[in-house]
Amino acid sequence: MHIGFEPRIIGFLCQWCGYQGADMAGTSRLKYPPSIVSIRVPCGGRIETKQVLEALSKSDGVLIAGCHTPNDCHYVSGNFKCLKRVTLLKEFLRHMGINPARVRLEWISATEGRKFARVVREFTDEIKELGPFGFNGKSSQEIETKQDSKLSLKEMGGRENE
Amino acid sequence: MESALAAHRERPTKEKIGVFVCHCGRNIATTVDTKRVVEEILKHPAVVHAEDYDYVCSSPGQELIEKAVKEKRLTGVIVAACSPSLHETTFREVAERTGLNPYKCEIANIREQDSWVHEDKEKATEKAIKLTKSAVEKVIRNEELEPIKVGLYRKALVIGGGIAGIRAALDIADAGFPVVLVEKGPTIGGHMAKLAETFPTLDCASCILTPLMSGVAHHPNITLLTLSEIMDVEGYLGNFHVRIKKNPRYVDPEKCNLCNDCVDICPVTVSSEFDEGLSLRKAIYIPFPQAVPSSYLIDLDACLGMNPITCGKCAEPDICGPEAVNFDDQAEIIEEDVGVIVVATGYELYNPANIGEYGADKYPDVITSLQFERLLSPSGPALGIPKRPSDEKIPKRIAFIHCVGSRDERHQPYCSHICCTYSAKHALLFKELVPDADIYSFYIDIRAVGKNYEDFIRRVQEEAGVHYIRGKVSRIYEQDGKVKIFGVDTLLNKRIEIEVDMAVLALSMVPAHDIEDLASKMRIQIDGSGFLQELHPKLHPVESATSGIFLAGAAQSPKDIQDTVAQASAAASKALGVLTQEKISHIPTVATVDTDLCSGCRLCISVCPYGAIKLVDEKAEVKEILCEGCGACVSTCPSDAISLRNHTDEQVSSMLKALVGEI
Repeated sequence: MHIGFEPRIIGFLCQWCGYQGADMAGTSRLKYPPSIVSIRVPCGGRIETKQVLEALSKSDGVLIAGCHTPNDCHYVSGNFKCLKRVTLLKEFLRHMGINPARVRLEWISATEGRKFARVVREFTDEIKELGPFGFNGKSSQEIETKQDSKLSLKEMGGRENE
Repeated sequence: MESALAAHRERPTKEKIGVFVCHCGRNIATTVDTKRVVEEILKHPAVVHAEDYDYVCSSPGQELIEKAVKEKRLTGVIVAACSPSLHETTFREVAERTGLNPYKCEIANIREQDSWVHEDKEKATEKAIKLTKSAVEKVIRNEELEPIKVGLYRKALVIGGGIAGIRAALDIADAGFPVVLVEKGPTIGGHMAKLAETFPTLDCASCILTPLMSGVAHHPNITLLTLSEIMDVEGYLGNFHVRIKKNPRYVDPEKCNLCNDCVDICPVTVSSEFDEGLSLRKAIYIPFPQAVPSSYLIDLDACLGMNPITCGKCAEPDICGPEAVNFDDQAEIIEEDVGVIVVATGYELYNPANIGEYGADKYPDVITSLQFERLLSPSGPALGIPKRPSDEKIPKRIAFIHCVGSRDERHQPYCSHICCTYSAKHALLFKELVPDADIYSFYIDIRAVGKNYEDFIRRVQEEAGVHYIRGKVSRIYEQDGKVKIFGVDTLLNKRIEIEVDMAVLALSMVPAHDIEDLASKMRIQIDGSGFLQELHPKLHPVESATSGIFLAGAAQSPKDIQDTVAQASAAASKALGVLTQEKISHIPTVATVDTDLCSGCRLCISVCPYGAIKLVDEKAEVKEILCEGCGACVSTCPSDAISLRNHTDEQVSSMLKALVGEI
């Protein structure tokens, strides 16, 4: 636990489910930490890898909330597109030596205000454990892991074995 | 610092934005220092006006916006208030009144996603400033857009032929628009057709319902499809394309003259669905005499076989004179183009077998409330004099058990809304038929929450002399021809053990078992209890999240007939609001292609769920009317050639900067 550290979380919330779920948390007056600031996006399928990376570069964690699989997506399959992209991105983060837990994908429906509040609370605690994140010289555990993984890649002639 | 300055230089300077911070009474102002938000937002180079006000959505609040736009010649407006789901439309209309393009108005959600969920005023205020700045960053980059206008099919689809579907179909049809009414079962009428009398006025259910059913059958604007189910739904508001599977009836309703000769000759008997298993019917049958369509049908699962070797007696010319029986009847796929859809798929009763301790599946004299309703019905299996299913004797002592499967964490946590009142009705009707009856009613709380319902309960308590016992029944079993009930009286604080002749379980209402499947076909949401989710409980109580699809009746939540009919008429009037329009507005926030960058790789075509993109001269082209604005193509395009109007990469990037305080 990093004392005095208040995580900054950026949320990408799909306008039909995640964003509505967040609204429901508000309507139900459920409390969660003010760590999260969100952008309303049309669909999880609209969220691009580069946007998540850009958000992560400015924060300590990124929460993506979309519609439940398989059938809740308002645009048929945007949730699956999002799932594939986030899965790949997490793999990529791991290769970069960044803890993939800094990006969290959740399915939160318009009625799941409780779930939204719980997820934000949980995620905030997790990020607190991980500590601040930063590319530029802000040393963190992950940057060290990153160097480790580079070394091991070199040793193994570019092949990865974890 | 340098990058922040660069960002400032990049930003369009001609924009003049006005920001209006709402207190929402105390809802926002208690947790967010609105004055500070105003102070901070004025530092933004594009913001030339900012003020806070009690209720920006009120008339005087809207006038503040109009005044500021005119006086300061604003080019865009931000309202920092409640969720855009609530008042985005309201404020965009205000913007439009002042001559601004509605898309030059954005909402910063500082209530649902800020003041209501945080307690620390300092931090909530910081967050409100960030959210408002991010909205400013978005609005200065918003394009001025006009809605795309499209034609519509002036026809409605109503799914479900219970009282809700019947009412909605008749309302729409009476207004002059064609309606396709689709019912899964062989007749319309739904659960209401099974009821004896309705509370609190004790009108006879059939006397209210059958004229409406007949109205549906004869209405020139209604096409009734029974034994039919929805296969798939495509399209959007005003332009839905629906495929319906119409299952074979094997009897031609046009030819059938209801002579009943086929029933007399049919050798197969099975239990009757209409009488809730309390009577028998043949394999060829009519659900009940007033069924609509007024025709017999063959239950293929029960029928011995439709050729002369196995049976086929009903089709013989001396039995079916008009030759209505048609063994070669086939299922057909019917395609319909409609502008609006009303979903009224109703409810089912919770399966009593799930509540083992009450033994409804084991003991013949422990019956469901709907079975009791059939026993009370003059057209029912007992001709209106309730008899015990086990020995056909008229019961003298009877117990009604409320909340069976409702308000119970092990089953359904919700209240089924109607059981208190209908159990009281059952008691009253039974007392009229058997004046010396002893009646017990086990309840948790009496929830009679409709007009005149409380009076009705009081009348039952006084007139019928029902022993109301407050407490939950723990166990029911049958012994020596008697039904034994164990429970507790929580008012007297003592254990109760009584012996009755019959027990009636007020089972909870649950959504139709296939509702989830239907909901996903239509991309509408279901709530935590499995009922259909309305868009907003107060602002949009009959609308689903998919525009053009409306909800009515018990499919949305447990409700009585009065509320169901009111909601059905509400859904019909919303549907008519669409059908009476000349054109439908389609969202203009659609995808657009920069043909200079497009490499013609076709990836966008493969991800578009609507087939809205085509290749023209080796370049992608978006057919705007089909595009729903999901942005799947945008995030897939490897050349960054596609962007979503008013949700561009540049906008997201600048909003991110604002959210972390870089702007």
